[in-house]
This record gives sequence, C-alpha cells and structure tokens, in this order.
Amino acid sequence: MTVPVELRLEIQDLMAEYCHLLDDGDLCAWPALFTEDCFYQVIPRENHDQGLPLATIRCESRGMLEDRVMAVRDTAMYEPRYLRHVQGAVRMLGAEDGVVRAESGYAVFETLPDEHSRVFNVGRYLDEIVRDGGRLRFRRRICVFDSELIPNTLVYPI
Amino acid sequence: MTGSAGNLLDRRWPEEGVHRVPYWAYTDEAVFRREMERVFCGRGWAYVGLACEIPEPGDFRQSAIGDRPVVMTRDLEGGINVVMNRCAHRGVKFCRARRGNARRFVCPYHQWAYDLKGNLKAVPFARGVKRQGGMPEDFRNEDHGLERLRVTERNGVVFATFSDEVEPFEEYLGPMLAWFDRVFDGRGLTVLGYSRQLIPSNWKLMFENIKDPYHASLLHVFLVTFGLFRADNPSKVRLDATGRHAVLVSSKGEQRKSDATKDMENLREDFKLKDPRLLDPVREYREGTVAMLTLWPNLIVQQQSNTLAMRHLIPRSADAFELAWTFFGYDTDDAAMTTRRLRQANLMGPAGFVSVDDSEVMKLSQDGVRPSPDAAGVLEMGGREADDQDHIVTESTIRGFYRHYRDVMGF
Repeated sequence: MTVPVELRLEIQDLMAEYCHLLDDGDLCAWPALFTEDCFYQVIPRENHDQGLPLATIRCESRGMLEDRVMAVRDTAMYEPRYLRHVQGAVRMLGAEDGVVRAESGYAVFETLPDEHSRVFNVGRYLDEIVRDGGRLRFRRRICVFDSELIPNTLVYPI
Repeated sequence: MTGSAGNLLDRRWPEEGVHRVPYWAYTDEAVFRREMERVFCGRGWAYVGLACEIPEPGDFRQSAIGDRPVVMTRDLEGGINVVMNRCAHRGVKFCRARRGNARRFVCPYHQWAYDLKGNLKAVPFARGVKRQGGMPEDFRNEDHGLERLRVTERNGVVFATFSDEVEPFEEYLGPMLAWFDRVFDGRGLTVLGYSRQLIPSNWKLMFENIKDPYHASLLHVFLVTFGLFRADNPSKVRLDATGRHAVLVSSKGEQRKSDATKDMENLREDFKLKDPRLLDPVREYREGTVAMLTLWPNLIVQQQSNTLAMRHLIPRSADAFELAWTFFGYDTDDAAMTTRRLRQANLMGPAGFVSVDDSEVMKLSQDGVRPSPDAAGVLEMGGREADDQDHIVTESTIRGFYRHYRDVMGF
C-alpha cells in the first residue's frame, strides 16, 4: 500500500524532531520518539551484511534507550562535542497493518573543541514507524553505518 | 618527528627504571619504526584471527601484524596459512576483499597468481611473446612465493610470527597459558560480529589501560556503580617471567558505598537501570567474573561477565592505532546466552558504557604527552617492582610490560 501524503509529512516531522533532539535538543526527550517495546541498534555494515548480530549500540526497549541516555549524561567520561545530523530523502517502502517501513541515508558530522568539523558517521536508517499514544513513533530503527572505522568513540546515538 | 632529541640513539630511559615511562616512547616516529620491527615482527607470536572465521577450504580473511597487512587462508588440505599481503613481484597489496573464498590469489597489476599457501603458480608471459622478452632461463617460481609466516593454532585462535627463533606458543605463554585455556577450552567458537575504532593515541596506552586496574575503579563510574568492578572486589594480577604477558582477574561485588568507593567523587548509588536485562550476568568460569589477558605483542582477550572479545591492536603511527574487536561466543551457547552476550556488548566497543571512558582518556593522554617528550610518567602504585599482587591497587603489570619492552627495544 502506498503511503498517503499527510502521513508522509507526519513522518518527515518525526525524523526532523529526531535529528533536532540529538543535535540541539534535550537528549532525555529522545527515547519518547520510540515505542515502549522498540528495537534500536547502531550496527556496522559489515556485520549487517553478513548477518552477524553484534551491534555497536543495541537497545531492546525504550527503557534501554533511557539507560543509555543516563549513562551518557551521568557516568561516561568524554570530551564535549557537537553532532550534526543531515538526513537524505526518505524512501517509503510500504505501509501494512499500521506499520510504515522506510529507508533513508544520513550523514553525521562531529565537531570537537579545537578541531575542524569532520564527517563522523554515514549510513542508512531502516525504520518501522507506528502510531502509538496519539503520535508517530519508531517501533524499530536500525542504523547501518558504512563508516566502520569509528573515529575514537561513538558517544551519542546516531 | 616529535620531540627535542630527534635521534633514536639519543633516547635514554629515565634512570629510575620501569616505574618511569618517558613520553617520547609514545610520540617518536623513530621509536615507532623500531617497534614495528622488534615488537610486532620480532620474537613473538602475534594474533591474526580465529580459525572459525575461515572454516572452509579457500576461505581467507585480511588481518595485520603491526603495520604489515597479512592474509589468513584455509588451504585445500584444511591447513591455516598466513602470508604477507604483498605481491612478490612489485610489492602490490594484492588482496582487496576483507574476506572471501578463492582458489588462488591473482595480483591485479601483472596477474602473478599464488595458491592459498602463497606459492607462486603462474607468471604471465614468463616465456616471452613471439620469442621476445620473458623471464631469464633461471627464474624459478618456487623462489618467488609470497612471504609466509610461521603459524600456530590453539583451540581455535590463530597466531603467526616472522621469527624462526621464537619458542613454541605454549612455552611462549608460560603461566598465562592456563588463563588462555580458561576461555579457549576447546569448545567451538562463533563470531558474533566486529567493531573497529581508530584511537588517536599510541598503541601502548591501550595495553597500559588494560594492565591498570587502579583506574578501573575510579574512571569507570558505570562499572563501579553496578559492582561489576570495584577496588574491594577479590582481585589479583599475574605476570609471566618476562613481564610481557599479564592477566587481571576480579570477581563481582555489590552495588553499595564502601571504603573503596569513598574516594570516588561521582559514584551514583541511586542509579537503577530502567531495563535490567542489560546486566543479567551468568557465571561461566570457576574463578573470576572478569579476566583481562594481555598478550605480547598485539592482543587483549577480554572476558567481562559474558562479553568475550578479542581486541586486536593494529598500530598506524606513533599517534594512532586501530582497535579491531571480534566479539564471539561458543557453539554450545543457547539463544538466551547469545542474547545476553549481545546485550552486555553495550558496555564494550566504541560506544561502550565502559570502554568509551578508556578511548577518550587515551586521547587525552596522547594530547598531554605530545608536547613534552622529555617528561615521564610515574608508575609507583603497588611498589616499584613488577610482581604478582593479590589486589588491584597496583600498576605492577605495566612495569612488567616496560621491563620486557626495554629489553626488546634496547632502551
């Protein structure tokens, strides 16, 4: 089934909010963009293509997203940095049983203090989006990244 | 070249001994060149990969020893070979795919072809064209194979060496062999996946980090908060006779404040996981819930609760190294154990709740030492010797590492 125009616009808004919360917004608000029983992972393309399950970040619920946010904010030690997500056009793969499947490319730039901005991570989002509690949320977001050699650390979600 | 005294021959280790480490050891490219020769390609067994990564005849996988690219292959008789990824003709790095299956390797430049053992099998136009050109009469293919390394495999782990003199692997590990066999006990291994990061610091800082339990109870708030690693846990460090290998073993404690945590400024006693499935460890080994084995020259075997990983150190320059992680389990694992390993992997790797701290601090170390090659670090926690100790308030195994390092490097 094709995805209606109104729904497409609503999905664009969800994705824009996602980038905003990670780059400039309140990280604590980011998990609310996912359903309670969501699956979120950041996985190297090498593993994804070979069917190897090991992910760089693996969260099996909104609770695990919240735990990661708390670790980033309260227990981890890292240099301050800015991230900037740039997302490409969203390719709608279909809508069935209330689930929209979509795919899009992304680039994340990273800026460390006293260093020039650099391309940090590029890849694609594989998404399943559902209506939940009156708004759209990700039921599943897999970030498959091409940039397998990570420049030092991956602190914030992709 | 970094540093005021540019000549390698001018480098003098501080008089105090192994409880000082001069900062030029982390920054001088001439020191780095010597390390590639003597540490990585000298008398030692270097980690290459896991045998289960190349199960079938013809399977191959790229790897590296120091800054030298190598290819690990499974030949048609089932044997494991490690050859330099450098064509014997003009030095081309002929193997481009990271892994795959092939019957032979063909260099793209002049199509010299090698079998899986590295023997040169074909040279195009060896006899010339229309009686013109070609190789000299006395050119023999058998004299021009790929550079082959000596290979050893123990319980599914593959090591190789450029040395003709190094002792057999079992002897080389000495008392660390029992710790190696603790994880590699003969069960089949299954690769769960890979993770790679480029850490902007000298490679030795990675070994120091894993050999240093003193920092673990202070830097890693996450570990300490959940009692996964604390200064008051039963712990010990052990070295081999040379000091080049070591193991750090610890057992899990409680999530509470104590004498051992009062010096930690930011312990979060109130921190509870929203989804406790992240940490649901099951005891797998008789002794220890954590054992970190550091093997000269390029391997860390990580067993932290139920995450098992090879951390392969691949130096790029004095200022940077690649850390290549291979996470694995056993072929006897059930689905619940595999899921447990995958969940706990959130603590490790480039986004790990624990290992992010280490990678970040290594960069800060490099940034700190770079402009001061003639200053030196102080390693006196737990004394000035390199000996076995039954606690973790020590830097003993770092001193052991540098004792051997100085022998090998001639400093």
